Amino acid sequence: MSAANSAHSVVEPSGYAKLIAGSLVAFYALISLVPLVWIGLTSIKTPTDSIHYPPKVIPFVEFQPSIEGYCNLFSTRSRQTTEYIQSLPPPQGACETITRARGMVVAGPSNYVPRYINSLIIAFGSTFLSIALGTAAAYAFSRFKVPLKDDLMFFILSTRMMPPIAVAIPIFLMYRELGLSDTRLGMILLYTSVNVSLAVWLLKGFIDEIPREYEEAAMIDGYTRLQAFRKVVLPQAVTGIVATAIFCLIFAWNEYAFAVLLTSGAAQTAPPFIPIIIGEGGQDWPAVAAGTVLFLVPILIFTVLLRQHLLRGITFGAVRK
Amino acid sequence: MAEVVLQQVSKAFGSVEAVKNLSLTIADGEFVALLGPTGVGKTTTLRLVAGLETPDAGRVFIGGRDVTQAPPAARDVTFVFQQYSLYPHLTVFENLAFPLRAPTRRLPEEEIRRIVSEVARMLRIDTKLGNKATQLSGGQMQRVAIGRALVRRPAIALMDEPLSSLDAKLRADLRVELKRIQQDLRTTILYVTHDQMEAMTMADRIGVLENGRLVQVGTPREIYENPVSAYVAGRLGQPAINLVPRAVLGEWNAPLDAALVGLRTEHVQLHRRSKLRATVPGDISARVKRIEHLGDQNHLHLAVGEHDLVMLADPALVFHDGETVDLRLENPLFFNAEGHRIA
Repeated sequence: MSAANSAHSVVEPSGYAKLIAGSLVAFYALISLVPLVWIGLTSIKTPTDSIHYPPKVIPFVEFQPSIEGYCNLFSTRSRQTTEYIQSLPPPQGACETITRARGMVVAGPSNYVPRYINSLIIAFGSTFLSIALGTAAAYAFSRFKVPLKDDLMFFILSTRMMPPIAVAIPIFLMYRELGLSDTRLGMILLYTSVNVSLAVWLLKGFIDEIPREYEEAAMIDGYTRLQAFRKVVLPQAVTGIVATAIFCLIFAWNEYAFAVLLTSGAAQTAPPFIPIIIGEGGQDWPAVAAGTVLFLVPILIFTVLLRQHLLRGITFGAVRK
Repeated sequence: MAEVVLQQVSKAFGSVEAVKNLSLTIADGEFVALLGPTGVGKTTTLRLVAGLETPDAGRVFIGGRDVTQAPPAARDVTFVFQQYSLYPHLTVFENLAFPLRAPTRRLPEEEIRRIVSEVARMLRIDTKLGNKATQLSGGQMQRVAIGRALVRRPAIALMDEPLSSLDAKLRADLRVELKRIQQDLRTTILYVTHDQMEAMTMADRIGVLENGRLVQVGTPREIYENPVSAYVAGRLGQPAINLVPRAVLGEWNAPLDAALVGLRTEHVQLHRRSKLRATVPGDISARVKRIEHLGDQNHLHLAVGEHDLVMLADPALVFHDGETVDLRLENPLFFNAEGHRIA
């Protein structure tokens, strides 16, 4: 071994250390991915295969993949007599073929798409509101002499101290009175009120890190405080805002308890809808799994697109000078 | 470029009085340095002129206009901070153009490009205009910040220790450059520093601050030769002036109420003991404790009784540790018990 190779560096991990670290990460990823893989596999099984014991795991070997779950997710079906089905014009598309093979015909679209759209509107709407309000509040708390600042900050934090579901019944009654039950606006306001405290606290940390000299310089350079905020503070806070937005979005997207309680039709989100997809003879597991897989997609895209900000954001605010 | 007047300005933060009843006039084109240690109210004074703070009492005039309540944007000032002088999310070009693009100015883009490239040439950074500000070295960043502040031709440029985060070599270079640009453009500058070298070399006048009060204003020479108090005398001079209780110097014809004697190198004649020279009455005998060799000069540490003195000494003179020398005083500075100058 040459001298250069045997030189030991404190900061650069050795190949051996990298190997161990890599294996640990891979092992952890494998365990974390098992439920996701399971759901993915279930979504491409037939209903019979999905409840088969011992489970069929390897596609094309143990079971033949099918898009039946996805077909059932998007449609409602009704059972018909063989004579009636044979009297129909030839099936259009793979889904109709599968449905007819089961002795049923497609009766119409399911509620999955509208529920999914509700989820998108409510989650992104409340995230946007939380971030907008949170950034404004955090900036004020960070830069101005707010009377009772510490008490107010504690009060904002204290709204997170009990589980939100503990106030479910008062909110339910309140929403009924206000006509907010089962409306998108109601759900957006509800998720915003839960998320805004998190947003204020996280963003205050980020904005505290931005030296106020920058705004002062901008104000001296001929900008008003609001313009300085927009031109100088916001661009530097992007990392923090993105990280906070992802946290808010994940909460609002996945929230289940309030959604079950407060929505039933027009504003129902996907989480309470997916588990109650019923097929003939009980739960339609492939359809439920398919609904779940598609439900994961937006968060996955959002997080992957913004992952660099997320990584920097999580560690950035933590370092105090 | 304009005359700037501070009229009996005071500012307190809670119970801390940062600036007390401060009056100062900065003439058009003048370079005034505020000198004092940390926490003495220098930066607050600067921020009061900039409009980043509003005074509790007193008024601020820029070019004859009362701007006491005016927002920073309406004052036509520039400010160079000690750190964080450039916007990190913008390129060097965008940084230089930022003030020119302000809504209050709205210069045509053509004009902005012309001004920026002119500044860049002057600062010798024309090749770096496309770089992110964070890709510059500390010295380059500070040079851009200073250039930007001067070239906008403000009524007054305010500088808060702009060189103190740089290393010694760079600081010396930029000191010369800053003075050159200031003279070329005839910019009015109020400059805050705790570094006597910067104040001495660049300022037309120095204002010395003590606990929020402006205790003396004058040319560097005046402040050095004729300080009003022991505190002011301690601000200038390297090595620092020796403040010795009068009693240490023995029976000696000092003014009656003199409590402290201020001794700089030029106030003391140093004689080696030798058989050829008789000790003159009134001479003070001192013992050489240590010699610091700084190349072009020596710092001579002397002990007079229990008291230590530091003097400059000709490097050609060789002293030995423990050697006894005679000191003869020539027109030293006298201060009373409160530290005020009496002779």
